[in-house]
Amino acid sequence: MTVTTAQPADSSTPGRNDRTPVLSARGLVKSFGRVVGLDGVDLDLYPGEVLAVIGDNGAGKSTLIKCLTGALVPDAGQLLLDGRPVQFKRPQDARDVGIETVYQSLAVAPALDIASNLFLGRERRRPGVLGSVLRMLDHKGMRRSAAEALTSLGIGTLQNMSQAVETLSGGQRQAVSVARAAAFGSKVIVLDEPTAALGVKESNQVLRMIKEVRSRGLPVILISHNMPHVFEVADRIHIQRLGRSAGVITPSSHTMNEAVAIMTGATTLAETPGSVGAPAAAATPGPAEQDPAGDGRRPTPPRPEGHPS
Amino acid sequence: MTATVHPPATAAEQFAHRPRSPLQRVQHLLHAHPAISPFLVLVLAFVVFSTVNPRFASPNSLSLVLQQVAVVAALAIGQTLIILTAGIDLSVGAVAILAMMVSAKTAQEQGMPGLLAIALGIAVGTAAGALNGLLVTRLKLPPFIVTLGTLSVFTALGLLYSAGRSVQGSDLPALLSWTGESFPVGQFRITRGVVLVVILYLVIGFALAKTAWGRHVYAVGDDLEASRLAGIRVNRVLLSVYTVAGLVYGITAWIIIGRAGAASPNAITDANLESITAVVIGGTSLFGGRGAVLGTALGALIVGFFRSGLSLAGVDDQYRVLAIGLLVILAVSMDQWIRKVKP
Repeated sequence: MTVTTAQPADSSTPGRNDRTPVLSARGLVKSFGRVVGLDGVDLDLYPGEVLAVIGDNGAGKSTLIKCLTGALVPDAGQLLLDGRPVQFKRPQDARDVGIETVYQSLAVAPALDIASNLFLGRERRRPGVLGSVLRMLDHKGMRRSAAEALTSLGIGTLQNMSQAVETLSGGQRQAVSVARAAAFGSKVIVLDEPTAALGVKESNQVLRMIKEVRSRGLPVILISHNMPHVFEVADRIHIQRLGRSAGVITPSSHTMNEAVAIMTGATTLAETPGSVGAPAAAATPGPAEQDPAGDGRRPTPPRPEGHPS
Repeated sequence: MTATVHPPATAAEQFAHRPRSPLQRVQHLLHAHPAISPFLVLVLAFVVFSTVNPRFASPNSLSLVLQQVAVVAALAIGQTLIILTAGIDLSVGAVAILAMMVSAKTAQEQGMPGLLAIALGIAVGTAAGALNGLLVTRLKLPPFIVTLGTLSVFTALGLLYSAGRSVQGSDLPALLSWTGESFPVGQFRITRGVVLVVILYLVIGFALAKTAWGRHVYAVGDDLEASRLAGIRVNRVLLSVYTVAGLVYGITAWIIIGRAGAASPNAITDANLESITAVVIGGTSLFGGRGAVLGTALGALIVGFFRSGLSLAGVDDQYRVLAIGLLVILAVSMDQWIRKVKP
């Protein structure tokens, strides 16, 4: 195996262990009656990387993501968080261990204001008797934190935290959702088609937010149909096809056309191993090749050079 | 320092940033403060009715209005909670009557002490509300159907239990009609029942505006699926709302005995529709997620003002029914318009 052991270029969190995936899935199986959604899928997410998941309709992207975030319980297979096995029975379980998901529907309550939405389900109470006995909410504090969370992601345009979310544009709503995930996600952030409904400007804003989240060392799983967006922000790209993993590539090893060809089955990763020193073998270790030394070490493909971050 | 270059805005961008028209400003204002419109209607009604007949504004007449609206205003609190979750409660009056008859009969026939009889009535109301909630959350039935069914069930139970007979206030422990006694406040006469209603409004208003439970009630009514994904235990919130509504109806039963001086299984026949009317005129959306109990209080008062004002003006009572009907349609149209607010 010609393995590159280069560290990701991201040096914002020096000294962290890049070898153990934050989140891995092994042999995930999920079927719905006779329809097979996932047919033994492996996935690894390393610290500080953006892993894109692409695939045609019905390839199992959503099923995979739902299994990773507790929205579905896989029939078989294992999930590992920091190398330890975990089981999610409901979304709250995944959230409790620090996996935050931004759903395509955004999961915001339109009539509630920005701050209320950011803290929805995790409201902060006032200190002292007011909070413990009267259970009063710390509206001011939550508004302040909400403003900080949005500003830290580069969303300075939203000033009024008591503005109802339904009065925001699509991109601004997305920003609120991503900010909520980034504020509470301590391990992984999963974004489901975050740019699907957005214009060019707003999409770029969301992509900037994703990079900002990565620069904090928080890994991101990005589901997207939009190849230019995927190739702009992803460090690695997991391709789903017909319920299986068709391979993992990087934006530097393959072109968009090659990615789409693998995704649609026009070619396979074996036929199109790609270029730029990121061998397919390293990017897609089969079960037999995994972890040969048994020391938890896995090669991480290099981050493409000149990556806009 | 380099000067920032602003690219010339496109026609669409210019259109998007055009100044708001006066009408849009009103729309945004009402969107942010939905209690404004019922408040204006209330003020307008007050001015018009007291001009037509100055007796309308007399302390006596206004005190009477308060006593008249107290029962519907109290029931409308529970109705507001349920409508905020995008539900509706048609069993309001039936639950209150059942709770009232349980209080009255146990006190009269079993010689139950007043306090215990009241507590038992409140417990029955709470249980009835919880039953509605369980049917809505466990059987996943639409609230309209659930409460349409329990309206009949609770009405029948109330009539069967009381054998269709009223219990006179004189046969009851004094504590049961305690809510009907009044005391002077300046020139006004306020009943204890009215005070109780005000306390209920303050407590529920506080819970809705200041606690996480309140946020969750709004969120669940606004977008059920989003709330679930945000980690809110949706069914638990819904069950709590129906249960609290039942508790409010149980307490209202006590107020009804005081107001009527008797416990009659045929009282407050119009309570269902009147409570919904107060909620809707008060600006709470029938589609859930927006509104407040303050608006409901204003809505109940508006109905009371129309009843008193039109009768003092010597107008046939059917004009009140007509006017309230028009107000309801106006309020719902306003709500539809306000919901379409643009960014």
